[in-house]
Amino acid sequence: MLEVDTINSFYGKAHVLNDLSFSVDRGQVVALLGRNGAGKTTTMKSIMQMVVPETGRVSFLGQDITRKATHKVAKLGIGYVPEERRIFTDLTVMENMEVGRQPPRDGAVTWTEDMLFDLFPNLAERRQNRGKALSGGEQQMLTIARTLMGNPSFVLLDEPSEGIAPVIVEQMVNVIRQLKADGLTVLLSEQNLHFAQAVADAALIIEGGETKFHGTLEELNAHPEIRDAYLAV
Amino acid sequence: MGFYLAQVLTGLANAGALFMVASGLSLIFGVTRIVNFAHGSFYMIGAYIGYTLMQVLPGAVGFWGAIILAGVAVGLVGLVVEMLVLRPVYKAPELFQLVATFGVILVIQDLALLIWGPEDLLGPRAPGLRGVVRIMGEPIPKYDIALLVITPFVALGLWYLIARTRVGVLVRAATQDREMVGALGVNQAWLFSGVFALGTALAGLGGALQLPKGGADLLMDFNILTSVFVVVVIGGMGSLPGAYLAAVIISVVNVFGVTFLPQSTLVLIFVVMVLVLMIRPFGLFGREEVAGEHGQVGEPETPIHPAGPRVRLLVAVGLVILAMLPLYGSSFSLVLATDILIFCLFAASLHFLLGIGGLVSFGHAAYFGGGAYVAALLVTHANSPMELAFLLAPFGAGLAALIIGWICIRLTGVYFAMLTLAFAQLLWSLVFQWGEVTGGDDGLVNIWPSEWLKASTTFYIFTLIFTVGGILLMRHVAHSPFGYALRAARDSERRAEATGINTKRVRWMAFTLAGVMAGLAGGLFVFSKGSVFPNELEIARSFDALIVVFLGGVKTLAGGVVGGAFFKGVEEILTRFEYWRLALGLLIIFVVIVAPQGIVGTLRNMFRRHVKDET
Repeated sequence: MLEVDTINSFYGKAHVLNDLSFSVDRGQVVALLGRNGAGKTTTMKSIMQMVVPETGRVSFLGQDITRKATHKVAKLGIGYVPEERRIFTDLTVMENMEVGRQPPRDGAVTWTEDMLFDLFPNLAERRQNRGKALSGGEQQMLTIARTLMGNPSFVLLDEPSEGIAPVIVEQMVNVIRQLKADGLTVLLSEQNLHFAQAVADAALIIEGGETKFHGTLEELNAHPEIRDAYLAV
Repeated sequence: MGFYLAQVLTGLANAGALFMVASGLSLIFGVTRIVNFAHGSFYMIGAYIGYTLMQVLPGAVGFWGAIILAGVAVGLVGLVVEMLVLRPVYKAPELFQLVATFGVILVIQDLALLIWGPEDLLGPRAPGLRGVVRIMGEPIPKYDIALLVITPFVALGLWYLIARTRVGVLVRAATQDREMVGALGVNQAWLFSGVFALGTALAGLGGALQLPKGGADLLMDFNILTSVFVVVVIGGMGSLPGAYLAAVIISVVNVFGVTFLPQSTLVLIFVVMVLVLMIRPFGLFGREEVAGEHGQVGEPETPIHPAGPRVRLLVAVGLVILAMLPLYGSSFSLVLATDILIFCLFAASLHFLLGIGGLVSFGHAAYFGGGAYVAALLVTHANSPMELAFLLAPFGAGLAALIIGWICIRLTGVYFAMLTLAFAQLLWSLVFQWGEVTGGDDGLVNIWPSEWLKASTTFYIFTLIFTVGGILLMRHVAHSPFGYALRAARDSERRAEATGINTKRVRWMAFTLAGVMAGLAGGLFVFSKGSVFPNELEIARSFDALIVVFLGGVKTLAGGVVGGAFFKGVEEILTRFEYWRLALGLLIIFVVIVAPQGIVGTLRNMFRRHVKDET
């Protein structure tokens, strides 16, 4: 579904992604693992073309999306849930979701506000509250809900478990499993291996912007030395 | 009682156009982060287009239809300007966007002159609303009553659009984090164009609506800009209720001012503004503009270095060539070179404030003209010798900068910029209105240098010494510990404060030093010309300096000087043509789009690329 082919991305002069290649199949949940600064967020942004790779190619559903405008990438059905949440703090929960609204898309669930409030009951009670009044966990739910309003067929989830309470992390696990059951394809970046193990089919480990491992989670669990080399703190 | 009510009603009526222009500016800034200098120009063409349409369309329907059509037409012009001029520069440093909009001002000024001619146009009166209504015995023009009723409807409509519709939600979301809005599938280009068209349409509507009260003339653009900036500063950037309330406050204060203190209406407005800012630094309804919000961070600053041996040699050679100019140049070239040097010092002083201090002042002419007036006033009224008057010019300007700076440095970003402009306008209006002392519009004449400096050669050398001295002093300060502190405050205020730098004081001192240097340039200027007029203090002069700094390159030390020389040279050639503003405006827009690094930055990049290719 998504092909990342030998991309090189930079922040100014800093070379962040180095000939990175991988692919994600339809219906898969792939965990993108790596330490801080390994290039996980840049990978996500390079897919969205928020950081444009200098060389290489990103294609989605067989279509080359490199150097496309970010909003066009989103319109093709890629939803982006950013790391720092980035909800619109001056807007209400309902208004935040309105920003994400896109027309229905073939082959993807068409979400409504009510369906999303079923998925995230906490948000339902706070629909008229402004974003800045929400807790960290609620904000995280709102970012996901906002992205789902665009009826994506593929979602980039950047560190969904970061900085939120364990009970909410538990809830996130359930949400991602449910999205997977609905047929959504997910690329999820994580530092929390347990979280990744609870939801992902495959793992991709990057370090210094290069792929160090790509395989199923069973394979990863069978090689603790890989885990120790690239993930242990 | 009736009298006071009448005053308030007139104030409320006047607030209409002001509110529309200010809310348009506010909207555009919120989404695009561009302070649209040209907003006054859209207001002006709104008035002109409305005037023309009213000549063609008959009766009351024609009159009101003309006003609405004028708004639509101006919105379309705004759309074209956004797509041609602003779209290429959204990614450029924000200061360049300002210059681009200034280019638009010049182009529109000359186009208006070309189409409607230089005469002021008297606005037609509204059919059916010609007389007055008596309220508690006081006559109130019927048209004022109409404005009173219309404005809240426009305000409500606008509020509905922003608060209740999907477009409004997107606009507010983009105001906070436009990159994220794009990542959610919204085409930002479309949103930006739409908001710009809406904002300019509001300005055009305001211009057309005030026709029966004020008519149309070529000075409208700058005249409204000051009031609009004051309104936005008082109301808070990005707040519609704030814009409305502030427009009402300003208009009512103005009306009472005209009645009770006709000489000092502007002063009164500034007192109100300063009072509001003392209590609420970001305006009545505003919030702090946080620099570097998502998707709005520019490239990191390249550190500046002391010049290397090659550049030093180049500068030395240049100075020798300049010093020898009297030996080979004509007397005209000496006069022109004097002009250029003075302007370079003025531009360098703004560059110091802007490039090194990161403080964008829209009103730097206050200190240039201020210095010139200090010297001229001393010569005229105190008969003081030229040497003393010349020495006191930078002191006077520095004192003004010290006082104004104390208030302005409390704010940052756009608020700072608008406040500096407002204060410059205050000085300008003082000079303009206080005719007995300053000569008003007639200026002060016969301000000549002493005998020993009379010859153009000696005065040229005198100018060369002071300008080069001033520029070197500022360079030296930029590389001194004070300069480091100033740059630290520019790059990260919080971190600078955490290391123990008193950022406010550092900025205040930088503001004052820039004022002193601009005053020095002003002192040289007045004695080179023998006279000074209020236009040395006006907005256009401040903008000249801004343009120069941007053309030269903000992030390079030599930017101010190179830009100054280039600008004066080009101006010298262009002003020979009738429509030089048009040409200069187009040139500015062209440079902004093609060479966003400025002259020095672009040359340096070319040089670096060249070196890279060779190795």
